[in-house]
Order: sequence, then structure tokens, then C-alpha cells
Amino acid sequence: MPDTLPADSVGIVSPQTYHFDAPIDLACGQSLENYDLVVETYGTLNADASNAVLICHALSGHHHAAGYHSAEDRKPGWWDSCIGPGKPIDTDRFFVVSLNNLGGCHGSTGPNSINPETGKPFGPEFPVITVGDWVKSQALLADRLGIQCWAAVVGGSLGGMQALQWSLDYPDRLRHAVVIASTPRLTAQNIAFNEVARQAITSDREFHEGRYYDFDTVPRRGLMLARMVGHITYLSDASMGEKFGRELRDQAYKFGYDAEFQVESYLRYQGERFSESFDANTYLLMTRALDYFDPAYEFGGDLSKALAAASCEYLVLSFSTDWRFTPARSEEMVNAMIGARRKVSYAEVDAPWGHDAFLIPTPRYTDIFNAYMDRVAREVGA
Amino acid sequence: MRPDLEIIQQWVQPGHHVLDLGCGDGTLLDFLQRERGASGFGLEINPDHITACMGRGVAVIEQNLDTQGLGNFEDGSFDIVLMTQALQAVRRPDRVLDEMLRVGSEGIVTFPNFAHWRLRWGLTLSGRMPESEALPYKWYNTPNIRLCTFKDFEALCRQKGIRIKSRRVVDGQHQNSWLARLWPNLLGEIAIYRITRET
Repeated sequence: MPDTLPADSVGIVSPQTYHFDAPIDLACGQSLENYDLVVETYGTLNADASNAVLICHALSGHHHAAGYHSAEDRKPGWWDSCIGPGKPIDTDRFFVVSLNNLGGCHGSTGPNSINPETGKPFGPEFPVITVGDWVKSQALLADRLGIQCWAAVVGGSLGGMQALQWSLDYPDRLRHAVVIASTPRLTAQNIAFNEVARQAITSDREFHEGRYYDFDTVPRRGLMLARMVGHITYLSDASMGEKFGRELRDQAYKFGYDAEFQVESYLRYQGERFSESFDANTYLLMTRALDYFDPAYEFGGDLSKALAAASCEYLVLSFSTDWRFTPARSEEMVNAMIGARRKVSYAEVDAPWGHDAFLIPTPRYTDIFNAYMDRVAREVGA
Repeated sequence: MRPDLEIIQQWVQPGHHVLDLGCGDGTLLDFLQRERGASGFGLEINPDHITACMGRGVAVIEQNLDTQGLGNFEDGSFDIVLMTQALQAVRRPDRVLDEMLRVGSEGIVTFPNFAHWRLRWGLTLSGRMPESEALPYKWYNTPNIRLCTFKDFEALCRQKGIRIKSRRVVDGQHQNSWLARLWPNLLGEIAIYRITRET
């Protein structure tokens, strides 16, 4: 944390755990008897509970979206650039709710939680969770918080999928869905990358079929590889080129296979850091949730028909160099919304950072996000 | 409100689904939504205009008519397709007109008249490409790459089997003038055409 707290920071925040006793039925046919959701909130809920905004996180995200947990924190929450006083998701106007999704590894019930039936971590016994399941659990959280209708449900990437799913499953419980750098379904290429990541994890000798907790180890190398390959898909060729080019760590080639190029050591560092803080089973679960997401599936592949159930307004944003979920994927979504006569606004923001651009404030992105959220706030009198 | 927009809004009925091509900052659509009970979308490529639309609650899609066309809109999905002061800036106005009347049952088009006497006079006297309030650019940087006259436009409509339901002619300040009604192609600066497919 900087020496003095920036004026546009939500400041020091602390997460809260909500325990749910009633069983939740999941898409896979199983159910969880009870579960915890770890939640952070920023700002104040107004008297008629109309100013609540739900933040949905992406693959490796969690509840800590903004502010700092302590003065010692090196970095703020993962979306601090967009959440705070005077920022697009203005905490002076909105009550912001951010949670760690079910199946996560940051405090909400997930594969690394203790299974009450066995007294041991769930591991591979933890059910596969879908985007729809997340939305369902988020709706139960909304009930708990006294929020009948979100002013907006907002998310990037996998978070955007949750926002879209919200609009289909609970059309009368949100006014706006903000879907950023997302897609209505994964392509074969997207699934292929996920499969490489999963193979990296499951073929690690320390994986022990997902029961690595029992062996007091973690499939670190597998998780590291999974993150490395994932990370490549989050950046663009241009941004990697600009950041690293062909730069070497030392002056000359060493004619060996150690990390000689800067980009190699960067990826290794990212992978290692990630493997120390993330649970491998959660990574499997999150990538599967991505693969399965396809709201048009039960409508014969026609997303327009799926959207007939929706009634909220949409903001869809894509980034020019995002090759993971390209602008064309967002446009597919937008066209389906147009076909379903839903109110939608769309922009493709020119940004060099690939998929990661949704986390990086650029002037146009911030302007659009500000303008849209300002209108949402005015609409609910916040 | 600008008189041309005033005229246009009278043609929009409550419940009409409207597509506005080159919707600018969304002023017209905003008005049509609030005052006429219409719904619809605007297409725009100017980033500031797009942001302005979003800020005022006008549904706007970033879409370039020249490169992307209207292929993402279904046949007959709009009651009215509007294009104010943008026909002269697209690469193929003829195709845009076809597309307008494919996706909408009616089109409303406004554009500056290149046969207005002041432009004719300027060209005759100075031998230079004319400039005016409606056309304030140099020949080399103008976005208006497909200038035409009222007569040209009407000839194209005839050729394409497009019926002109009505035509209103206004001056540079978008005011109605009886002179412009008398000799539109000479004295009218901006025309507002309401068009449909010949049935």
C-alpha cells in the first residue's frame, strides 16, 4: 500500500463469511448441504436497496476486488482501477458486493474445504460447478443482503458470463448487465487451451488424482504450467513484444534450456507465484465452468431465443487485441441481443493488452464505463 | 430542437422501433424514446459520441457502415431507419439505401444539397470546390465523399424502385422557407426524404 491512502481508494477493507445452511442443488445433479461464501462490500446500501452492484470475478479472481486488507499489502484488490470513490463503479454512490465464487480457493467453500461427511478436504469429490450454479448462489447471497434487484451485475471474462447468465436466470433481479471482454460460449480453441492446462495439472505426479491434500503436497509444477499457458492467452503478441521483445537476461545465448529470454523468466515467475496461492482443483473446476458455459445450448444454439427471457439493459465491451475472447465473440452476443430486441450498447475499445485489457484503465474504457455507470446510478437515484 | 429533427420526430409513432445510422450523440433517439415512446438503436463510430449516447441512456452500437454494413440486422426488424447527414459520408450510399429498406419498412434520409445556388455560385466564380456552413471542409479532408443533389438522389430512388413518400426542404439553419419549396434543387440546402420500397 502507498504511504498515504489514495483519495479514490475504498481504503482498508475486510472480508466477511456468510454461512448458508440450506442445501443448494447444482446443475451436475449433486447438491451441497451447506456452504460458505466469502464476501467484501464497499459503499453503503441505500434505504430502498436499489444501489447494489454485484462484481463477478474471472478464472483466478476472488472477493478482494478493491482496497487493501492491511497497510502492508503490496497491491490493492484485483479491480481497484474501476472500483472506488469517483471511479466507474463509484463507491460513493453504489453499494458494491464482491464474492469468492463457490468452488473457489479463497475462503468460499471449494475443493480445499473440509467435507463434513468425511472430515477431509473435498478434493475430487467436490462437485463440478457451472456458471448457472454461481448465479444461483449469488442470488441467495443477494437475498441474505436484502437486495431484491441489482442496479447492475458487472464482470469481465468469466465474470461477464455470470452477468449474462444473471440476465437469463433472474431477469427481474437486475437492471443492467455489464459484460466485458467475454463470450457467449467458448470456441474449440478456448477449450483446447483449457485442456492443456488441465492436463498439466492432472499429469503432475503430485496431483494424486486430486487428493494431494492427503499427501501434504500440491501439484505445483502442473499448476505453474497451467498458469503459464493461460497467461499467454491473456496477453497480446504486441504487448508481450513491447514488454519483453527478444530481450535476454544476460548478454549472450548460453546454448542451454534454462530461462534465457526475459519472457521465459517472466512466465516462470508468474506461474510459480500463482502455484503458491491457487488451488489446483479449483483451477480444474473454473476451466470446466468456462467450457460448459453456453446459454444458447438449450435453445438449439440460438442465443437470441435464450435472451427472450431477459429484460435488463446491457453494456457489452470488447478489446481490439483480445484474441482469447475476440471482439467478434462480443459482437455475436450483441447481435443476439439486437435480435431479441434487448436494449444493448456496444463498443470495441482499442487497447494493446489483449484479454487483460479489461483490468487496465485506458482513457476510452474508463470514459465509457464512467458514462454508463453514471447513468445507472442516476436511474436508481444514487 | 433543430427543425429537421422536429420534422422527423413527427413521422415516428409511439412504439416504433427505430434504427439511427450515424446517431451522433444520441440527441434524436433520446428525444424519440422519451417524447415519442419509441425504442431502438443508434450506430456510431465516433468514440465521444458513443460515450455520450451511453451516458444518456441511448442504446448505441459501435459499427461502421462502410466496413460492416447492416448484415447483423434482420429483414424488416425496424419500423423506421434514420440517416441524418450521413448518406454523403458513406462509401456506397446506393447500397446503404438498399440495406435501410431491407431492415426497415421506412427510411428517413437527410443530406446537404450540392446544387444549392450558393455552392453553384461559389464554384462558378472561384473555380474552387465550394465550402458552406453545411459543408465546412476542404476537398482533401472532407468526410463528405459522396455529395449529390436532390435531383441525383431522386434519380437514384427512381432507378432503385424506391418510393419517396414525402420530401421536406430546409435551409442551412434548418428553417422552412417558401423559396426553397419553390425551387428546391436550387434554393434548398438540406432535404429530408421519407422513403419506402415500391410495393
